[in-house]
Amino acid sequence: MHVLYFAWLREKIGLAGEDLTPPPGVVTARELLRHLAARGGGYGAAFANEAVIRCALDQEFVPLDTALGQAVEIAFFPPVTGG
Amino acid sequence: MRGRIAVQEATFDVNAELAALSATGVGGLASFIGVVRGGNGLSALRLEHYPGMTERELARLADAACARWALRGCTIIHRVGRLELGAPIVLVATASAHRADALAATAFLIDQLKTGAPFWKSEEFADGSHRWVAARDADEAAAAAWRQDLPPPPEPL
Repeated sequence: MHVLYFAWLREKIGLAGEDLTPPPGVVTARELLRHLAARGGGYGAAFANEAVIRCALDQEFVPLDTALGQAVEIAFFPPVTGG
Repeated sequence: MRGRIAVQEATFDVNAELAALSATGVGGLASFIGVVRGGNGLSALRLEHYPGMTERELARLADAACARWALRGCTIIHRVGRLELGAPIVLVATASAHRADALAATAFLIDQLKTGAPFWKSEEFADGSHRWVAARDADEAAAAAWRQDLPPPPEPL
């Protein structure tokens, strides 16, 4: 699936996005987040505080405990600050 | 009636946008323009967004406003990229036969914009450094108040 990072997550990770296949056992967005965090480095720094991470599955806001299902795109980002 | 949604780097022409809304012969227009606020050594704002999702969420907000109030038209234009102090960031404008609908819908839309669409602001300072803006609890409370049908709390001074 395609994974996107925005705002300071993008900066800490050093990537705007990447393609990956979630490994067996990764069912929810939170589990994918923890799988990515375990890479350490910029990923570890970006995902250190789950309380400030939001996500969208196929461009719909969803809670982190949502199952990835058949989604083709997931985005991780901080709370939004538009307007 | 979904209205006009735009996410763009360019500025917007308020007069032209309001003229387009009033062309349907409405009773009144309400509008809000957000502007880059200075202070604390800020030199500019940079706005990032999630292309595709942003437009969909803005259209969804416009649809929600149209479902709740008797609107003849609705325009949401949100700028992205680097915006200098004093530059307009966002325009929300609505048209209705009577003022109450347009005024309430405009207030609703600007409150929802702050928490319901994937934009992120960072502050750029004179020394070239920048800092991401943190979400404000007051903005979440204002957006949530509409869901409970309560008037939004006043903005902190």
